[in-house]
Amino acid sequence: MTKNNSGNRLPSSIEKFILHLHPPKIDKRALKFTRTFGLGGINALLFVILCFTGLVLRFSYVPTVQHAYDSIVALQSDTVFGQFIRNLHHISAKLMVIVSFLHLIRTYYSQAIYKKRAENWIYGLIMMFMVIVSSFTGYLLPWDQLAYWAVTVITQIIEYVPYIGHPIANLVRGGETVDGNTLLNFYNLHTGIVPIVFIFLMSMHFWLVRKAGGVALPEIDKSKAERVFVIPNLLWLEIMVAALLIAGLFVFSTFYHAPLLEQANPLNSPNPSKAPWYFLGAQELLLHLHPFFSAVLLPLAVGIFFFYLPYFKYSNLNTGVWFNSALGKRMTIHSAIFSFVFTFVLTYLLEHFLHFDLWFASLGSWFATGLVPFLIYTIPFIAYLWYWKTKHGAKTEEIVMTITTILMSSYICMMLISLLLRGKGMLMII
Amino acid sequence: MSFDRRKFIKRLIIAAAAIEGFFLIKGGVSKVSHIEKKKELFNAGNVNTFHSNKTYPFVTGQFFLRRFKDGGFLAMSVKCTHLGCIVDSNLKTGGYNCPCHRSQFNQFGEVLAAPATRPLDYFPITIENGELLIDTSAPVKRKSFDKSQLTYA
Repeated sequence: MTKNNSGNRLPSSIEKFILHLHPPKIDKRALKFTRTFGLGGINALLFVILCFTGLVLRFSYVPTVQHAYDSIVALQSDTVFGQFIRNLHHISAKLMVIVSFLHLIRTYYSQAIYKKRAENWIYGLIMMFMVIVSSFTGYLLPWDQLAYWAVTVITQIIEYVPYIGHPIANLVRGGETVDGNTLLNFYNLHTGIVPIVFIFLMSMHFWLVRKAGGVALPEIDKSKAERVFVIPNLLWLEIMVAALLIAGLFVFSTFYHAPLLEQANPLNSPNPSKAPWYFLGAQELLLHLHPFFSAVLLPLAVGIFFFYLPYFKYSNLNTGVWFNSALGKRMTIHSAIFSFVFTFVLTYLLEHFLHFDLWFASLGSWFATGLVPFLIYTIPFIAYLWYWKTKHGAKTEEIVMTITTILMSSYICMMLISLLLRGKGMLMII
Repeated sequence: MSFDRRKFIKRLIIAAAAIEGFFLIKGGVSKVSHIEKKKELFNAGNVNTFHSNKTYPFVTGQFFLRRFKDGGFLAMSVKCTHLGCIVDSNLKTGGYNCPCHRSQFNQFGEVLAAPATRPLDYFPITIENGELLIDTSAPVKRKSFDKSQLTYA
């Protein structure tokens, strides 16, 4: 199926441009769809779609408290294709958060973040953070109840950080409460600063992929590696994925409408008030755990852990091999299920049976809702890791991978609980 | 590590520029005025119009005014100390419930049920010519309720 570049003619200007992004020839194995799932490319395309739809939306949007909501309503009802453009922007943004996360775990589990790729992992993490920032800043702009209270909740979470929390929250909000200053800050970040930062980060990201030699692949004998031309082999694959994605987004945007609740009312919190969906895991954690643990200690520790991931002392890395080894694959699947179930059961018990805040009230909330649940969570997992280490001879690679899996699986579990199982008053509906 | 004069000066300049840049950004983004503003006090009305052992919600001022049995006034912020939602007054207990994450407070604003970790903030009250004046610009954080927070007519 692979074709050669036709003849010896000079490349066209479009081909020249493509060869700035891709090398002329790549390993044939990199073409396999399940190697990358095209996630990085999909993200890049989503960024372009978001830029264009965003630029169009800017014609209608007024970033003031008085007019923001009305301008969205007018966009939806009076502008030709206004609703469609907004839906497209909304869905692409949602998809970008999901695809970025999938891209992150794809590169991680296919062992593509080590050695010369370590620097790019750091850029990737920063970009993941920027995806969240751009989504979060865009969340406020419609100025409806959903937007207002979600942003209120998140900026209040920042305030839990000791000493610097309050000034940072005020800096983000431009004041003590979410108001017109916040809207202006977020508007400027969302439509100006964040996209510019993205262009810089994306350029670095692409360049570092090239520098590292493209997609990470398992080592094989150099003579066996078959190299094929990017044009047309990779190019056509990319065009196909892009066409499918755009078609899917268009169909979806026609039928699914981006939500718009009633206009923001700072005097009336809806019941329940939830953070944006990707932050719900953090909000769930804050329900059960003392803010010092849930808003300071854990995010800091997890953040450092993720940035340090490529730099642990590994001894038998298999770059490009999914899950590093057969044992790694087994442990990843096992721990993902185990931590998901464990988190769910513990959350359920904390909700209905384990009332540490009442039982140990005399010892202070720091102990009762902080240390106790924290230890209940960590001790079983330490024992779990110990089991794999002693019984199955798991090495650093597998242990670190399992810790990463536990963290991500637990977060997803908490996010889903908060998203799907919490109703009025944030009470569990089961 | 070699560390010579040129390197030192270079890093010093970068550090100075970074600090200056940080303050420029902070000043530009943060719109909280640092200039001493003329305090605008919320006038809740005459002292005698408030019955003891009752709670009066002031929606525009964003506080609950409570007059206790002994005649002391306490103006508590409606903002939940957990994540900033607006609490509702609980008519049964005389306390407050947060609709967002089910924190509960008693009539003094103290926490009855987590996730909130500290009592509702209160606003300083002054009484002039029999009128209750509440300083809604400066919420006071507290660890627990005590009598000194009350204002008497």
